[in-house]
Amino acid sequence: MKQVFAITRGMLPVDTSYCPGCTHGVAHRLIMECLEELGELDNTIAVSPIGCSIVAHQYMNIDMCESAHGRAPAVASGIRRVHPDKVVFTYQGDGDLASIGVGEIIHAAHRGEKVTTFFINNAIYGMTGGQMAPTTLLGQRATTAINGRTKESNGSPLRMCELLATIDGAVFVERVALNSPGNVRKAKKAVMKAFEVQKNGLGFSFVEFLSSCPTNWGRAPYEAMEFIKEEMIPYYPLGNFRKPEEF
Amino acid sequence: MEKVLMKGNEAFAEAAIRGGAGFYFGYPITPQNEIPEYMSHELEKAGGSFIQAESELAAVNMAYGAAAAGGSVFISTSSPGVALMQEGISFMCSSEVPVVMLNVSRGGPGVGGIQPGQADYFQATRGGGNGDYHVPVFAPASIQEAIDMIYGAFEIADKYQNPVMILADGMLGQMMEPVSLPEAKRMATYEEIRANKPWAITGKGPRSERNVIKSLRLQPDVLEAHIHRLFEKYDRMEKELVRYETYGEPDPEIVFVAFGTVARLVAETMDILAERGYKAGMIRPVTLWPFPFDAFARISDKTRLVVSVELSMGQLLTDVKAAVCGRVPVGLINRTGGVVPTPVEIADRAIKQLKALD
Amino acid sequence: MKTRMFFAGSGGQGILLMGQMIAKAAMLEGREVTFMPSYGPEMRGGTANCTVIISDKTISCPLISETDILVVMNKPSLIRFESMLTPGGTLFINSSLIAESPTRDDIVIVNVPANDRAAELGIEKSANMVMLGAVVNGTGVVSMESVDRVLGYIFSEGKAALYSVNHRALHINA
Repeated sequence: MKQVFAITRGMLPVDTSYCPGCTHGVAHRLIMECLEELGELDNTIAVSPIGCSIVAHQYMNIDMCESAHGRAPAVASGIRRVHPDKVVFTYQGDGDLASIGVGEIIHAAHRGEKVTTFFINNAIYGMTGGQMAPTTLLGQRATTAINGRTKESNGSPLRMCELLATIDGAVFVERVALNSPGNVRKAKKAVMKAFEVQKNGLGFSFVEFLSSCPTNWGRAPYEAMEFIKEEMIPYYPLGNFRKPEEF
Repeated sequence: MEKVLMKGNEAFAEAAIRGGAGFYFGYPITPQNEIPEYMSHELEKAGGSFIQAESELAAVNMAYGAAAAGGSVFISTSSPGVALMQEGISFMCSSEVPVVMLNVSRGGPGVGGIQPGQADYFQATRGGGNGDYHVPVFAPASIQEAIDMIYGAFEIADKYQNPVMILADGMLGQMMEPVSLPEAKRMATYEEIRANKPWAITGKGPRSERNVIKSLRLQPDVLEAHIHRLFEKYDRMEKELVRYETYGEPDPEIVFVAFGTVARLVAETMDILAERGYKAGMIRPVTLWPFPFDAFARISDKTRLVVSVELSMGQLLTDVKAAVCGRVPVGLINRTGGVVPTPVEIADRAIKQLKALD
Repeated sequence: MKTRMFFAGSGGQGILLMGQMIAKAAMLEGREVTFMPSYGPEMRGGTANCTVIISDKTISCPLISETDILVVMNKPSLIRFESMLTPGGTLFINSSLIAESPTRDDIVIVNVPANDRAAELGIEKSANMVMLGAVVNGTGVVSMESVDRVLGYIFSEGKAALYSVNHRALHINA
């Protein structure tokens, strides 16, 4: 019989602790598949900071370290200096990257660090239990905004791709979504390009995944996919915000 | 060996490079700015890498990343900067990542001032970060001693896989003294890192197991076992690293305890007291953690008073009291906020305290 | 034998360089030395000062509250630091910029018109070298040969013109 599919050896053969309908697993697999296809799995070092995905090293079959909340881009910058020939990436959630770690991500981009950041934007704090994130949508309920986020009290949601695209050192910036097979395929292409940008030493590369959190959104998994499509994509437009000419 | 006249901060930086530091991450803060300045042009000449970080918080996390990757890392800052770095220090102790840190300390609390202070004693020895951990703290009294400590600290950090702190002060950072510089060590190659630091995240490569450096342990029993293992290591450090020096003749009636530059002031105070007919001695803790409790066994029946002399409000005093353990009265002679007492002032206050015992 | 020296003036007068050169000269002569500058905002626009201690024995305390030799390059420094001199100590005054006389009568006073002499050479910025030469000649705390060597290190290759100018300023009183 002809084998038509195999799980990448970049993923360890274990069950993840992520909730049903959460797209962390999809994002993990896309990244690992790209590294395997690039032949870089054994040549990669990654950083997973605080958030649900701090345990990403239990699933990604590569050298990894945890980091303090928000500091992954700084940690990755340090790693990159020691190992200029390795592939280095961070995998960060929205509370981590867009709130407590906004200084570190801006300055890693500003320095043009030759690392890649994968940004999981699910518009909520997952690990701590559904608090409002900088990316929580207006009107969206959170445990620290029980009647829904208001512009008056909380400001408007932060668009990180648009922000980072203004920084010269961020040479590849793209937003993708994980809500449909078609979008997942596009996401994989963006991951691949981000790694190629890094391998070519062109500068900082950034991919934002619009992702789901059915548990903290209080929605069924299929409803969560609808939420990404109906609510998130209109506010967070998909597409490339910046790329080197040859890409 | 030929001597050169060097400013403290520049000598500290050069000692780190010669000790094998390949990576330095820093943020400007007085009175240690000459260190990032020096590193920015000298480290790359030695084959290393320098980043002017966006904050001390970023600097310590860059240090964590570079050290986790197997690099030999040096960072420096001054008191408020150490406060910001505590997140990383606690994290590195938990994840057992070796880094050499230098605090060219100043007066506090808050922004405080930029003149010399020792009010970081608690921050250094008690740990300002969260959780159960220890960091060995070395307190140099001269630029030469600081050079030797920094140079040697990389091996200590690597041996115990733990951060090591050098606690200097603004006076030592800004002054100049003739010094001898040790021979430069070569930066480790990638292959040497893989061989000598098999735990480091270097990319899995041909290694059979991948490496993971972590701090999170959600199961209490697992975390407790990890902490117990760390404390077995700290117990070894206490035995193997503790250092102190004693000064003066046997059976002094007054014993001063002072560290760092203050011990130099007290050395002059002892001369003044000798002229005035008092027999004085001094214990100088060279390591602040582990604290040299054993040194206090030498206090004799003739000793009437032990005095902590410090640039803080009785921080060193707490350890001195614990070490003396009620055998003789313990006094405090201190200035703070960046004020440095003169040796004469220390002598006058010491005599007053001795007379109060009569 | 221990000599304490204190140099004071305003930022930009080359105060720290004077102290560093003396310190380095002493080191070349194999003696113990410490150099301690004032540091911080005080350095900008206000007074700049530094302490040099030269000794045959290990120097414990690098700070001083009194000095054997005081060098003042401007008037505020004279007013502020005159009292630091020990009785019998030597005060070097930059008489080009300081018209006032010291109040003390228990000290040795050496007036050096440092800026005027430097201007005669067409190099007014070298007033500190004129003063340094006077201090070395007047105290003998280090030899002029050692100071010349230090000057040679500072203005080494490619800086021959600067060396020549400063060398003339250093020796103008000799």
